[in-house]
Amino acid sequence: MSFKKSKKINIHSKNITVVRFAGDSGDGIQLLGNQFANATAISGNEISTLPDYPAEIRAPQGSIGGVSGFQIAFGDESVMNPGSKADFLVVMNPAALKVNLKYLDKGSIIIANSGNFTPENLKKAGYETNPLEDGSLSNYRVISIDANHLVEETLKEDGLSKSEILKTKNFFMLGVLYWMFDLPIEVTAKWISEKFKKNPKIAEANKKVLYAGYNYAENTEIFDAKYKIEKGNLKKGKYHNVTGNEAVVYALIAASRKMKRKIFYSSYPITPASEILHTFAKLKSSDIVVFQAEDEIAAICASIGASFAGNLAATGTSGPGLSLKSEAIGLAVISELPLVIVDVQRGGPSTGLPTKTEQSDLFISLFGRHGDCPLVVMAAYSPADCFDTVYEASRIAVKYMTPVIVLSSAYIAQGSEPLRIPDDEELKPFEFPTIPPPDMFRPYIRDEKTLARPWVYPPMIGYAHRIGGLEKSNIEGNVSYDPDNHQIMTNLRHEKINKVLSEIPPTEIYGSGSELLIVGWGSTYGAIRSAVNYFNYKSNKNVACINLKYLNPLPCDLNEKISMFKKVVVVEENKGQLAYVLKANGFKNVLSETKVTGQPYTTEEVIRIIEKNV
Amino acid sequence: MNKLTANDFSSNVTIKWCPGCGDYAILNSIKRAMAEIGMEKEKYVVVSGIGCSSRFPYYVGTYGYHTIHGRAIPVATGVKLSNPDLSVFVVTGDGDAMSIGGNHLIHAIRRNIGIKVFMFNNRIYALTKGQASPTTLFGSKTKTTPEGNIDNAFNPINFALSLGSPFVARCLDIDLEINTSIFKQALISSGFAFIEILQKCVVFTDNEFEIFKSQNTKDDFIVNVEDGKPLIFGKNKNKAIVIKDYTPQIIEFDKNNPPSNLTIYDSSNYILASIISSLLPPEFPLPLGIIYKVNKRSYEDMYYSSVKGKEYKNLEEVIGDGIYEIR
Repeated sequence: MSFKKSKKINIHSKNITVVRFAGDSGDGIQLLGNQFANATAISGNEISTLPDYPAEIRAPQGSIGGVSGFQIAFGDESVMNPGSKADFLVVMNPAALKVNLKYLDKGSIIIANSGNFTPENLKKAGYETNPLEDGSLSNYRVISIDANHLVEETLKEDGLSKSEILKTKNFFMLGVLYWMFDLPIEVTAKWISEKFKKNPKIAEANKKVLYAGYNYAENTEIFDAKYKIEKGNLKKGKYHNVTGNEAVVYALIAASRKMKRKIFYSSYPITPASEILHTFAKLKSSDIVVFQAEDEIAAICASIGASFAGNLAATGTSGPGLSLKSEAIGLAVISELPLVIVDVQRGGPSTGLPTKTEQSDLFISLFGRHGDCPLVVMAAYSPADCFDTVYEASRIAVKYMTPVIVLSSAYIAQGSEPLRIPDDEELKPFEFPTIPPPDMFRPYIRDEKTLARPWVYPPMIGYAHRIGGLEKSNIEGNVSYDPDNHQIMTNLRHEKINKVLSEIPPTEIYGSGSELLIVGWGSTYGAIRSAVNYFNYKSNKNVACINLKYLNPLPCDLNEKISMFKKVVVVEENKGQLAYVLKANGFKNVLSETKVTGQPYTTEEVIRIIEKNV
Repeated sequence: MNKLTANDFSSNVTIKWCPGCGDYAILNSIKRAMAEIGMEKEKYVVVSGIGCSSRFPYYVGTYGYHTIHGRAIPVATGVKLSNPDLSVFVVTGDGDAMSIGGNHLIHAIRRNIGIKVFMFNNRIYALTKGQASPTTLFGSKTKTTPEGNIDNAFNPINFALSLGSPFVARCLDIDLEINTSIFKQALISSGFAFIEILQKCVVFTDNEFEIFKSQNTKDDFIVNVEDGKPLIFGKNKNKAIVIKDYTPQIIEFDKNNPPSNLTIYDSSNYILASIISSLLPPEFPLPLGIIYKVNKRSYEDMYYSSVKGKEYKNLEEVIGDGIYEIR
């Protein structure tokens, strides 16, 4: 298929563009969004995406409760989050318009599939008259496209049923957008061929419609503008657009390959962490062992067993599951076995808001076990950063023989951005605790530098040993109820975690001045950095920020860095957990700004917090 | 390699079970079974939970992991699935396996992971000093049931069989020879194995199994099942369990002239095993021995066969489609 020659059109240039797709949850909105995201990424844009779906699997068609959304910000390197307000809203029905109008500023563009704005659908969405025609959208630019009719025209001679034809309408809209943003249409065409390879007729129809949409945009008078998006200044290399949950999987596999051991991932289905298990399940091999356990406790226990047997072991979960795993985490701590625990945080307590984001599992990660039970806690700040954080967590777990909790969140777990795939030599090497010869071996003999005990495992000849949850005598590792020994072992478990301080890079201060420091952790990174940029480029106020990746132990230069500022505000999506921890660590004057709506902080919200404090 | 003895499987730790505890005899039988199998001790991993019996790993010289209450089975599952060449067995008690760990037990049997579960059944929580357990008999008085237990007891072998365990056995702690043989067969079986060992607790259930042990009563209260043989019992070997129309009944006969239509035991017959495993005193003698034994493909075997030949050259191959290059 070929394109007709371009006519003269205006070209608008922008640094960051935000497009929001919305439609029925059964309509393939996520698929549409993901294809668009891949096309923008392949064009060299920095991107950040976020799906927004209802908790119910399929709410009634056309209803307000059944609206599914997908937002993407793309452009140059200033893209740090999926954005709060959309420049373009693509709606597939009246309910989608109604739900999503709040994401638009005046002057934004609405692209609507008018074919679905039927009296019945308007009624379901609570509209008395058609908003596309009654002037109520005069604050926006509305582009109506009757995709339903246009796909019927396109495919009238292809011998498909009416419902098969209507299912292609998303690709028509996608074709229109590819023209508007000058995106590579071939990638999606290729993807369609692959996806529908068992049904070539449907594949051809979808491709035909995709190109028809592109040509329609090229030829009709309703578009007088094309949008040129500034490209990101991405480092050279191979990229893949990943969600945070996918990045966790790739990091664990990369780590296991680097250390030349198997990866054993065991988990129980839980929103929003299940995609880690799904992604792993597709990759099963004799070195990538994936186990769906009968419950959360079995999931972590199986991983502990695999770690005892000498494998890189991990488990993933969300809040309720982390509660259930608490006792077993204690076992891993006293057994001093490496284990990576990924907690994809969601709204709590209890079942809470399963599909919504929050940062409220910091306390349970730091303190949620009986006894003095220290371990390493880290937080990932973006989808691609889940790769770096989980890789580093694996490395630390093995080097120090300790469980490491990695905090992700629904927001970054389901959002996506380009991950640069590292070459093997770019990945940090793994260091194993020294293993003495069999006659010198004792289960709790320690590596002098790291205080880690040796990781010996069956069937290594000469190293058979017994460990367990009962307190063990220092070095020898026999069951011990000796009071002084318990003091020694408790101290050693703490000292060992403090040794991890030497792994923590200097805390990076982003921004300028010494007036105001915004402290965040995890997934508020994008909103906070963008807000800081806003002040440093667009006003004469100086603001700086830091994003804490290491939450236990806290970096040793934190005190020095925080003391440089007159005012320190902690911004987090909970009731002030990090602020509490910092105060307990002697940072008496930190202020706390929090939000718990199940929605991530937007740049605008952080800007308002900064304005209040400078 | 020199021929191994039970002593080769000892650890250097002093055993701290109560004097007279049934666990001593079971420990000896398991060590003997391992010696007879003749595999290096480093290839064994013993995993336990919490309870008196769960101290077991400290008393053998293999790899061992004394975990937390109820969770030995999932830990053992992780060991076995990640390294299927190891011989992995669990030592657990009635409370550990059937109460707090009940969910793990049913799922381990369901998926037929190749671990062996030795459940020491003393019908009491002994380590915590005498509370009713899921196998405490109805009516028994314990610290938590001073008026008599109103919970019904599990019948562990019938439970394991109902879930499809391919190896199910029951034995008495003191039967060293028989137990060594049963344990050996369990350890070398390919899938899941469940062995209930009736074990006396000298402190709380000292007389619990006396009728199965005393010279005066044991022959009338025990029936030893053996493949190819009728289910004969009684002091005078003149009684047998026969199954007619799916109904078990006891018949008496002249020892010198047994009837020709006695039920012959077959441990590969699921229906027969189901009926026999359901029998309990006082109506019937207690069946002991290998109740059920069939070959059933293990979970780990299916796992590794299903991924055979799947390898990734590098991370790019893991990620697969959708990789693009920025130049």
